[in-house]
Amino acid sequence: MGSLQFFGWVGVALFAIGLLGVVVRRNVLVMLMCMELMLNGVSLTLVVFAQQAAAAAATVLVFLAFVVAAAEIAIAIPIVLLLVRHKRSLDLDSYADLNG
Amino acid sequence: MNAAPTNLLTAIVLLPLAGFLLNGLLGNRLGKGFVTMVGCGLPIAAFALAVKCFLDLGPGGNLLLIDIAYTWFSAGKESFEIAFYFDRLSAVMALIVTGVGSLIHVYSTGYMKDDRSYARYFAYLNLFLFFMLMLVLGRSLLVLFVGWEGVGLASYLLIGFWFEDPEKAAAGKKAFITNRIGDAGFLLGMFLIYTTVGTLDMDRINAAFMATPAPMVSASLVGILLFFGACGKSAQIPLHVWLPDAMAGPTPVSALIHAATMVTAGVYLVARMSGIYLHAPEASAVIAAVGLATAFFAATIAVVQTDIKKVLAYSTISQLGFMFLALGVGAYGAAVFHLYTHAFFKACLFLGAGSVIHAMSGEQDIRKMGGLAKKIPVTFWTFAIATAAIAGIPPLAGFFSKDEIVWFALASGRGGSALLFAVAAVTALLTSFYMFRLLWLTFFGASRMTKEAEHHVHESPPSMTGVLVVLAGLSTVGGFLSIPHFLERELPLPAVKEGFEHYEHFVVAASIAIALAGLAGAAWFFGSGAARAERVRLAFPTLHRVLLGKYYVDEAYQAWIGKPLLWISERVFLRFGDQRLFDGTLHALAALGRGTAAVLGRIQTGSLHLYAFLVLSGIATALWWSLRHV
Repeated sequence: MGSLQFFGWVGVALFAIGLLGVVVRRNVLVMLMCMELMLNGVSLTLVVFAQQAAAAAATVLVFLAFVVAAAEIAIAIPIVLLLVRHKRSLDLDSYADLNG
Repeated sequence: MNAAPTNLLTAIVLLPLAGFLLNGLLGNRLGKGFVTMVGCGLPIAAFALAVKCFLDLGPGGNLLLIDIAYTWFSAGKESFEIAFYFDRLSAVMALIVTGVGSLIHVYSTGYMKDDRSYARYFAYLNLFLFFMLMLVLGRSLLVLFVGWEGVGLASYLLIGFWFEDPEKAAAGKKAFITNRIGDAGFLLGMFLIYTTVGTLDMDRINAAFMATPAPMVSASLVGILLFFGACGKSAQIPLHVWLPDAMAGPTPVSALIHAATMVTAGVYLVARMSGIYLHAPEASAVIAAVGLATAFFAATIAVVQTDIKKVLAYSTISQLGFMFLALGVGAYGAAVFHLYTHAFFKACLFLGAGSVIHAMSGEQDIRKMGGLAKKIPVTFWTFAIATAAIAGIPPLAGFFSKDEIVWFALASGRGGSALLFAVAAVTALLTSFYMFRLLWLTFFGASRMTKEAEHHVHESPPSMTGVLVVLAGLSTVGGFLSIPHFLERELPLPAVKEGFEHYEHFVVAASIAIALAGLAGAAWFFGSGAARAERVRLAFPTLHRVLLGKYYVDEAYQAWIGKPLLWISERVFLRFGDQRLFDGTLHALAALGRGTAAVLGRIQTGSLHLYAFLVLSGIATALWWSLRHV
C-alpha cells in the first residue's frame, strides 16, 4: 500500500469516526469536535487526490477550506456558549423545542 | 307658454338647506334664540320668495319660470340638469309647502320649547322643507326623485325623533321601508319613460305623450308604475300601513309631513304627469278604485280609534284616497284643490291635537278627555272650525273641494259612475261622523280626566294658538279660491257626461245633507255620554274588533311577508348560507391545514442526531444511485 493510498484511507477513517460521533454522542461540544474531525477527513482526502492528479490548485483549495473552517468554528463556539447559557446544559436533547 | 329665466327658484330651494346646515352644525352652540331665528326666518324668507315668483307669473297663466341651477352630469349627448320649473301647479304646491311649513315652524317654537334637541328638531324640519321644495319645483323626474327620497329621509328622522323609545325608532324604520317598496315602482316607471321618451323633464314627457305618434310604450304601464310609487308616499292601499305608526313623531311633524305636505307628494306626482294619465284609462281606473277603497276603509277604521292622533292619521289616509279618486276620474284640478284645502284644515286639526296633548301633559287617549271646550277655548274653536271644514259643512273650505270630487266621481266623462259616487258619499258621511265624534269625545260632555291631569290643563302659548287661528281662518275662506279654475290651463277638468249637467245641484245638496247627517249622527251617538255608541259596539262585537284591529293588515303582512322573509333569512341566508356555506368552507380549509400540519409535524422530532443521520443516509443513497447509473 503506497503512502498516498494510506492517507486516503486515513481520511475515510477520520470522516467515518466523525460521523459516528455526530450521530451517537449527545454532548454538543463533542459533536462539534466530531464535525471538525469529518472536515479534516475531507480535507485530507482532497490533498491526497490533489497529489495523485498533481493539481496545485486543489492543494491551494485546502488552505481556503482551513480559513473557512476557522471562521465557522469562531461562529459555532459562541452559538454553543449562548445555548448553554440559555439552557444550562450541554445535552442536545434539551434543545428539542421545535419538535412537532 | 312663455318660459322666463329666473334665479329665484334656486334661492327658494336653498334657503331651508342653509337653515339645516346652520342649525345642524352650529345650533347647539349658539343657543335657542339663534335656532328659532334661523329655523323660522329662512322658511318665511322662502315663502316670501315663492310669493314673489307667484306674482311674477302674472294673471294670464301663460308664463312660467325656469331656473337651470346646475348641470348635474352629461353622458354623451344627454345632459341631466338640476332645473326648477314654476308654473301654476308648482306655485300652488310651493306656496302650501312654504306657507303652511312656516306656520308649523312657528308653532313648533312653542311646542318643542322644552325639548333637549331643539336645534336638531329645527335642522330636520328645514331639511324636510329643502327636499320638499326640490320635489315640487324640480323640472325633471330625477330632481323630483331626489326630493322624493329626501323627504322620506327627513320623515324617517322626524318620526324617530325621540329615538330612545324603540317603538318610535321602529315606526321610523317602518315608514322608510314601506316607502322603499313604492319607490321601486317609481324607479321602474322612470326607467321605462327614459328608455322610450328619452327625457326625464316632466313637461317634455307630458308633451311627448300628448303628441302623435305617442311614445312606443303603454301609458297605462308607466302610469301604474308611477302610481305605485305614489301609493307608498301617499299611504294608499296596500302601502298605507306606515302612516298611522308615523304618529310617533312630534305632533307638528305629523301636521307638516304626515298631513299637509309630504303625503300629498303622490297626488302632486300624478297631477303633474297628467299627460300620461290622460292616455291611460286603465291606470286611471286603478287609481280611482284604489283611492276610493283607501278612503272608505280608512274612514271605517277612524270611526273606532281612540288615540286622537290615530283618528287624524286615518282621516288623512281617507282624504288622500279622495284626492286619488279625483285623479282617477281625470279631475286633476279638483284633486289639487282638495290637497290645498286639506293642507289647511288637517294642519289645523293636527296642531289643535298637539295643543290638546300639550294641555293634557302628553295624554292622547280621547277616552280620558272630555269637557275640554271651556278650559282651552282657542284650541276648541279652531279645532271645531277645522272639523267642520273637513266634514264638508258649507261655506268652509272642505265643502267646496270635497263637493267637487264627489261631483266628478259621478259625472266625469273619464270614468265617473254612480258606484263611485255612492261609495264616495258613504265615505263622506263616515268622515263627517268620525270627525264630530272626535270633537265630541275630546271637548264636550263630562270630563273623564284624572284629578291630577285636570288640574294641569292649560291653554297653549300664543305662538301655538296664533298659528291655530291663522289656519282656522284659512280653512274658513280657503275654499272660495277656485283652484280647479285657476289650474285650468295646466290641468283641464274632464268633460261632464252627457245628461248629467242638471244633477250638479242635487250633488251639492247631497253633500250638505251628508255633512249635516254626520254631525247629527255623532251628536246623537256621543251627545249623551256615549251610551248609545256603547250599545252599538256591544251589538256588533266582531265588527268592532276587526275595525279596532285595522282589518289586521299589519298582522297579515307580518304573517305572509314578514314571517316568510324572516324564515328565509334565518334558515337559508343565515344558517345555510352564512354559517354552513361560508363559515363552513373556511372552517374546512382551516381543519385541512391543521390536519396536514399534524401529519407533517411528526417529522420534526427535534432530535439533531436523527436529522444528521437522515441527511447522511440521503447523501449515501444519492451517491450509491449515481455510481450505479453513471
